[in-house]
Formats: sequence, C-alpha cells, structure tokens
Amino acid sequence: MEQASNLETFERTMMPHFNAAFNLARWLTRNQQDAEDIVQESYLRAYRFFDGFKGGDGKGWLMAVVRNTFLTWASHAKGESQTVAFDEAVHDRGREEASVETRLVGDAAVGSLRDCVQALQTEYREVLVMRELEDMSYREIAEATAIPLGTVMSRLSRARKLLASCVQARAQGAIR
Amino acid sequence: MKCPAAKELIEAYVDGELDATQKSEVRGHLEGCISCAETHWHLVEMRTNFRKEAPYYEAPSHLRDRVSRSLRNEARRNAPRRAIQWKWIGVAASILLAVSTAWNVQMFRSRPAASERIAGEIVSSHVRSLVGDHLLDVPSTDQHTVKPWFNGKIDFSPTVKDLASQGYPLIGGRLEYIAERPVAVLVYQHRKHVINLFTWPQASGSGRKELQRRGYNLIEWTQAGMTNWAVSDLNLADLRDFVSWAAQM
Repeated sequence: MEQASNLETFERTMMPHFNAAFNLARWLTRNQQDAEDIVQESYLRAYRFFDGFKGGDGKGWLMAVVRNTFLTWASHAKGESQTVAFDEAVHDRGREEASVETRLVGDAAVGSLRDCVQALQTEYREVLVMRELEDMSYREIAEATAIPLGTVMSRLSRARKLLASCVQARAQGAIR
Repeated sequence: MKCPAAKELIEAYVDGELDATQKSEVRGHLEGCISCAETHWHLVEMRTNFRKEAPYYEAPSHLRDRVSRSLRNEARRNAPRRAIQWKWIGVAASILLAVSTAWNVQMFRSRPAASERIAGEIVSSHVRSLVGDHLLDVPSTDQHTVKPWFNGKIDFSPTVKDLASQGYPLIGGRLEYIAERPVAVLVYQHRKHVINLFTWPQASGSGRKELQRRGYNLIEWTQAGMTNWAVSDLNLADLRDFVSWAAQM
C-alpha cells in the first residue's frame, strides 16, 4: 500500500521531466539506444533513492541522477578511451560532410552547430544543453552538475566561446 | 555601469539571471556601448541558432512504457522485501539498544573533553558552510569591511588580517554558534581550498593542538586571550603555514 502511493508520488513528480531526461541522455551519449538505456536506469535509480529527494520541482534532482548514471556507464562499460574515440568519429564525420557541404553551403550551416555541440567535451556539452535546450537556471544547473554556481557561469561562458569558434571554423571551411 | 563590469554581466543578462537593478544597468550600458552591444548580439544570435539547429530529442513513447513497467516491477519486488527487512531492523535495533546502553554507561565514566566536542562542532560548521549558501555573511576581501561587520553582533572584536600576499586571501566572514556562544569566523582561500578560522575570547587551554576529523585538518591555538581554530581540507603542512601567518602578531 505504502509502496503504491510512493510510486504514485514519484511518477507525479518525475514523469513530467521524462523528455528532459531523455534529451540530456541523448546529448550525453550521442546515441539513441544508449540514451534509452540510461533513461531507464536513471528512473530506476531515482525511484530507489527517492527518499533523498528534498522536494521542489525535481528537474535538477532528476538531471543529476541522469548525469551520474551516464558518468558511471561511460566509465564502466566503455572505459576512458571511449570519449576520445567518439570525439574523433564525430570530427571525421564532420570532415566528410564538409566536402559535401562545399556544394550545399546552406546545409553546412545547419549541420555544423549540432556537430560542434556533439564534439564538445562532456562538461561543456552538458551545461549548454541544460541552459539552451532545457532552459534551466544557473541554480538548477548547479544542482544537477554538483558544481558551484560560479563554476556554472564560467563553464557556460567557456562552452559558448568554444562553440562559437568551432562554428566559425566550420563556416570558413565550408566556404573555401 | 563601466564597460568591464558590463561585459562580465552580459551573459547572465542574456540568461535572465540578473536582478531588476542590474538588468536595467546593463540595458542602459548596451545602448551606449557598441562593443558590448555586439557581444550581446552575438550571444542572442547564438541562442537563436542553437534552438533552431540543435535538435531537442523527444523521448519515444515505447521508452515511456518500458520505464513505467519497470518502475511497477521494482515497486512490487520491493514490497515483500521491505516486510522482511523490518523484522531484521527490529532485531538490529534491539542489539543496538543493548550496545548503546553499555556505551552510555561507559561514556558517563569518561565524558569527552570539551575540546573534542568543539572540534566536532567546528568540522560540522565547516562542512555546512561549503554545501549551502552559508559560507559568507559578509563577502569582502577588505579587512576594514569585515572587522566592523561583527560590531554589535558579538561581544568582542576579532583580529582580522588579510593574508593575500602570503597566499591566503581573505574572502569574508560569518557568524556561527560554537560551544553555545556566538563566534566570529573569518574565511580565507588557498587555491581551491576554503579555510575557516573560528575565533572567540577564552584562554582556557594553552599551546597548540593538531587534530584530524572526518578527513579535515584542524589546528587549535590560544593567543592573547582568544581561542582560535583553523579548519580546512588543505594538507597539514599548508594549514600549518597558514596558522603561522595568522598567529603572527
């Protein structure tokens, strides 16, 4: 009985953030299947640790669980080298696309921002996604990433600079 | 508002994180400053492009079903297990009670020294100060701002030194209750580490003591009728160095 009502409260609080959880997982893993597994695992973990939830909107808390699940998954299943290998894959794909893009400059502009975000390191990618796509406040991002507010600001700022220079570099490459 | 200050705030402005006053100051500055207006424009443009070109990945509906199902399974699986756990918790509790009774009897014979209790309170206060928003009541690197701030809040005037040139800049102060009395806390920084320096009048002990509690280093010393405790996650050698500067007359 108690279990059922507990599950009900959990679903009422956490299911509204289902898309947000998936979107973050999808950007973190850069892969549909892995994102689905991460979300599934995150919700189970969140449910098990729901006693630790201190109330409120729940988005920041849930995002922290998704992020931690991702980090555990990335370090266990794939090992540290995976991130680098993955980044190279993204870069390579970018290069291939660039040759096609010389013909289709308009398309090049569309693909490049997404590819640039994908190519960013996790710590920069996650704050950008939380801020720009999830509309999370600095405080919520700080909660989700377990970093101080000041660090959120500086990391976001650095992420934007990296993104801007990547997009600019791609645009120049595409025109040439 | 001057240009460097405005530049610092433009991102927070675009992110909607400024209060009304700061917002209108930045807006005012943007009207007159081409360079800042350009920075602002780039940020807005990037946001627009981001939302246009970086996809928001919606969760597929089959995933929603899958997660709901596994949550239900998890809830069902836990229900009987919890029931069993309660029985064991009962057993554990009675053992604990027996042990703690024995321990309490023991404790009556040898109560922990006052300084041991204080060390515990100080570590708790230090840890609390790092997790919440309660590190600083008065954020200031100026000793002449921090010292007068304590006036009227406590019945003594702490010695406030800025040790920036020694590598330990003062970042502010706050008020705490330790050993059932208000005490002054001066907050210093060394690289990424925070040092809390607790100080209050009471020259009970003498000399100097070093302790380690829950992974934090503590140094206690008395000087000029004041009891001082420095606590940090810094290594002991650095904390000793800090104390040697703080204790210098």
